[in-house]
Amino acid sequence: MSAKFETRDIVVPGDLLFEGRARAGDNTYRNEGNIYATRVGLANYNKDRVSVIALEAGFIPLVGDLVIGMVTDIELGQWKVDIGAENEAILTTNDAIGKPFRSYQDMTKILDVGDTIVAKIVDLDRRRTPILSIMGRDLGKARDGFLIDITPSKIPRLIGKKGSMINMILKETRCQVTIGQNGKILISGRNRENEELVVKVIKKIEAEAHTSGLTNRIQEYLKDIKEQRK
Amino acid sequence: MSKSKAKGKTKTKRKSRKKKFERVDGRKADELRPVKIETGVIPNADGSAYIEMGRNKIIAGVYGPREMHPKRLSKPHRGVLRVRYHMAPFSVDPRRSPAPSRRDTEIGMVMTDALEPALFLERYPRSVIDVYVEIIQADGGTRCASVNAAAVALVDAGIPMKDLVASCAAGKMEDHIVLDLGDYEDKKGQADVPVAYMPKLEEVTLLQMDGILTTDETVEAVELAIEGCKQVYEVQREALKKKYGMDEEDAAEDAEETEELGEEPAESEEEDK
Repeated sequence: MSAKFETRDIVVPGDLLFEGRARAGDNTYRNEGNIYATRVGLANYNKDRVSVIALEAGFIPLVGDLVIGMVTDIELGQWKVDIGAENEAILTTNDAIGKPFRSYQDMTKILDVGDTIVAKIVDLDRRRTPILSIMGRDLGKARDGFLIDITPSKIPRLIGKKGSMINMILKETRCQVTIGQNGKILISGRNRENEELVVKVIKKIEAEAHTSGLTNRIQEYLKDIKEQRK
Repeated sequence: MSKSKAKGKTKTKRKSRKKKFERVDGRKADELRPVKIETGVIPNADGSAYIEMGRNKIIAGVYGPREMHPKRLSKPHRGVLRVRYHMAPFSVDPRRSPAPSRRDTEIGMVMTDALEPALFLERYPRSVIDVYVEIIQADGGTRCASVNAAAVALVDAGIPMKDLVASCAAGKMEDHIVLDLGDYEDKKGQADVPVAYMPKLEEVTLLQMDGILTTDETVEAVELAIEGCKQVYEVQREALKKKYGMDEEDAAEDAEETEELGEEPAESEEEDK
């Protein structure tokens, strides 16, 4: 019955985290009564649960997630969308235009292969294939902006506590930022300069996601750049 | 790869052992070549790693888990690990044809088998994890170095693993059991035993032998190779931690704000100003 690391220690897969009885939380597995890590991350010991806060992780689609994806294929009455999950997501005409598919419809006029869309996961089917919808406010085809990729596990960090981080960035740069839970981020602003600034800041957040005092540091970083411009 | 035939006479072996044995590159019998690993070298891959093991220079990229094409190769009950081992035409002298050879296919398969036990493939039905390994410069023991790079790249891709896989070869050179054969020793030596090993689970995932060894020598070689794997494992660990610019101390200092990482992902923000 003992912890093998301190909370917030960095661990790699296979590290023995805990000997004895405890609940195995996220990114851990149990073998012969002991708990081991399965991902690189920070060890986290709670009262009766041992887990690892992942620093690198893939995207696991959940119902309600906002995602940004690319249309990869058109089938009869549905589009295939790559959202970076293990299976390609499906978007049906019902969820795209609110009408069932009719054979006279030209689907490429609604969405074509290569289009980037902002969508919501409305369901997972029995094979865990995500079902998307673009019916709703701010959903649909993305027309303009920068699209960047970060590790999905760092999305919460980018948003910050109650949105503190992202709200700060929005205020400072006056850009519109759409964050997909799958690690894809769409940035569009008034001018290219501001967009590039947001890209720079997000890359910085990704690189330093595991360090403390990040929100303040980013704020100072933004101010520095702004002063340089003046 | 032709191995000269082992001299079976134990008496001559005893004698030769008394003579001072020296390896071509001046290493000790149980010494590894210098190993250097770097992660996150391919921005467009989900995970990647670059390894220098002696003069071997190898780059590995991981993609997935993603949808498998062709679909008929996917498994309904579990994921598939696909490893492509490829040597660049300029990696060896003389130039090598870039077309995949029988040897490439075989090493790809061998690497798949070496890495699979560390993965939770049952979590990814109908999907594939692709590992692409490119040999930029070869200097003997590329399959071991490739396994090392691929394991680190898999972790870098955020794929859950039971343990890291470290790999290292041992062999017989001038009647001595030596660790981590270089190109010259690989070709001129009497035997070569590549081993891949999961250090924390203490499981061997790859064991091959090329050449002739006695039973005792085999045991000795495997044990030596496992020791080598453990040394490689330490380098792999360091490489993974280095990406976050973190030593053990820094990590402990971290408090407070990192808690946000563990929080439930909040609704995404959208504002127009």
